[in-house]
Amino acid sequence: MRLGEIVTAGVLALLSIYLMYEASKNGVGYTVGKGPQGGFWPFWLGMGMLISTGFITLNWVRRVSPPSRSEEPVLDAFGIRTLILVGGGIIGFVALIDIVSMYGAVALFMLYYLKLLGRHSWTVTLPMVLVFPLALFFFFEGVMQITMPSGMSFTDPVYNVLYNIIY
Amino acid sequence: MEILSLLGDGMLVALQPLNLMLILIGVSLGLFIGAMPGLGSVNGVAILLPITFLVPPGSAIIFLAAIYYGAMYGGAISSITLGIPGASTAVATTFDGRPLAMKGMARLALVAAAVGSFVGGTVSNVLFSFLAPLLATVALSFGPPEIFALMLLAFATFVGLGGDDIPKTVFSICFGLVLATVGFDQISGAPRLILFDMTGFLGGISFLVLAIGVYGIGEMLWTIESTRGEITKSEADISVKGIIEDTGTSVKKGWKGMSIGSFLGFFVGILPAAGATPASLMSYAVTKMVSKNPEQFGQGHVGGVAAPEAGNNSASTGSMLPMLTLGIPGSPTTAILLGGMVIWGLTPGPRLFVEQSDFVWGLIGSFYISNFFALLVNLTFIPLFIWMLRMPFTILAPLIFVLSIVGGYAAMQDMFDIWLLLAFGFGAFFLRKFDYPLAPAVLAIVLGPIAEPTLRQSLLLSSGDPSIFFTRPIAAPIMLVAIILLLLPALKFLRRGKSSGAA
Repeated sequence: MRLGEIVTAGVLALLSIYLMYEASKNGVGYTVGKGPQGGFWPFWLGMGMLISTGFITLNWVRRVSPPSRSEEPVLDAFGIRTLILVGGGIIGFVALIDIVSMYGAVALFMLYYLKLLGRHSWTVTLPMVLVFPLALFFFFEGVMQITMPSGMSFTDPVYNVLYNIIY
Repeated sequence: MEILSLLGDGMLVALQPLNLMLILIGVSLGLFIGAMPGLGSVNGVAILLPITFLVPPGSAIIFLAAIYYGAMYGGAISSITLGIPGASTAVATTFDGRPLAMKGMARLALVAAAVGSFVGGTVSNVLFSFLAPLLATVALSFGPPEIFALMLLAFATFVGLGGDDIPKTVFSICFGLVLATVGFDQISGAPRLILFDMTGFLGGISFLVLAIGVYGIGEMLWTIESTRGEITKSEADISVKGIIEDTGTSVKKGWKGMSIGSFLGFFVGILPAAGATPASLMSYAVTKMVSKNPEQFGQGHVGGVAAPEAGNNSASTGSMLPMLTLGIPGSPTTAILLGGMVIWGLTPGPRLFVEQSDFVWGLIGSFYISNFFALLVNLTFIPLFIWMLRMPFTILAPLIFVLSIVGGYAAMQDMFDIWLLLAFGFGAFFLRKFDYPLAPAVLAIVLGPIAEPTLRQSLLLSSGDPSIFFTRPIAAPIMLVAIILLLLPALKFLRRGKSSGAA
């Protein structure tokens, strides 16, 4: 954690510098008689971020913050596994939205999480996988009139049936 | 006395069968719409606006106002049960609502939110009824310098929200404020901070993207990882007796927060540039500041739930005031209500109270009725919400992830924002591990779009002279209090540095 704390502070310092650079494109000056230019506010806030990382580094040197005193790893084996399996699953879910539609991606994600990660029985998994996406469809597309991504053209037959129900 | 008579007549109008039915339907619909992450009162009011052409105009606005009320109650449900603030008005409720739910006290949190909402709504209705014309004049005297001073005061109170690590808190606030500047410069119209030249940033970064990313994805990943996946399902009790007991507990432990939220919320709500979101945030921050046990806030303090809920409900009534008395909408939802009124042939403004007094007092009377029924409906559905928490975490977690993504897309309608939401989620996971408080960043991204334009408008008004903030009679004292509050943590930080150096 101690190493992670200073690395994080370093990354955030670089982020701050980048944001200040981007802000400078809109002008960071103060025009007398008018007030600040467009980049003034974000530039000096970025400076505030940078100065904060300086104090965070100072606290790291002085071992004031709990992470700066800890020798534990940032992520142990369980943590890495969680990030890969759960976090990876969510990334896969979002990546599938434009392919199999939002509701298709919901169904696949629920199947992955409930059956593979949660090890639930098919009795629990199947109803959730089938009913939950449908419920979301009728709520968002039917009641709230909010359209979700429908994916690629092979999902059209399913959508045609569902839209015939609500319209 | 005349006001009491008018109010009585108004309540009789609201209690007519058609209006009463619309109130019941409206608060119920609003409750469920507000409970869904990504959806809020503005969605419900906008979508149901056309239906109101089937009923008389007075009944129509009563129905929409009931939806507004219900949604304010409903926002707390997502915050408490799922840990995802569904709307900006419910962000502060997450701070203590979710920890209470994780301790198996979700019912107490939901009851505290409902009772706080009811108290806030009632106090604001009374203030509205008796002080509307006077408060309209006060609201008019708040210009950009006063609004900026108020925002600075809000930020000053938030610094205290970050806990002991002041540099990380300041970083978080500054980061949130910078994120709020992405997109287009409101004054000049020029693109600004289009990071890595990605055109998706042209639309700016919505608070919902950050909030859902932080709380829906990041917090959940952190919970799963830190508890080693061994989260046992909540065995929260579902009983009427329990709800009644919790009502008593909420009042006993949360009365201070309810009082602060009710009055502060209403006052902030009547300001056209402010609204329910800053009202709820400030109510939380001030309640924490004056509490005897501020260290308990953020860990599951009842006052931390009651205060923002009282604040946002009070402010939602307050935001109707500039709409009705001045024709200036106080929030996006009241802007739609204003549009509806114009379509129905009602002209908001000072003459409305005189020329359409039946309509105005019928509406005000309906606020009391809506508030009461919203409390009843909310308390009735609490067992259903608690039942959700009894699900195994391996079922609840994917539901939360799915609702985060689906709710986020419903609000933003752009896959770029969903990827950004994920990025914030993973970033929040790592920052959480290093004790970076993220609540201040979420608050800052909400208030930033109000703070920066008002700062620049003030400086334009004064031809660049910053003393405008210290020479106006309302702005000056607010600025001084804000600066003192901002300097206090810095002094504490320096004092701690000296004592650890001496040790």
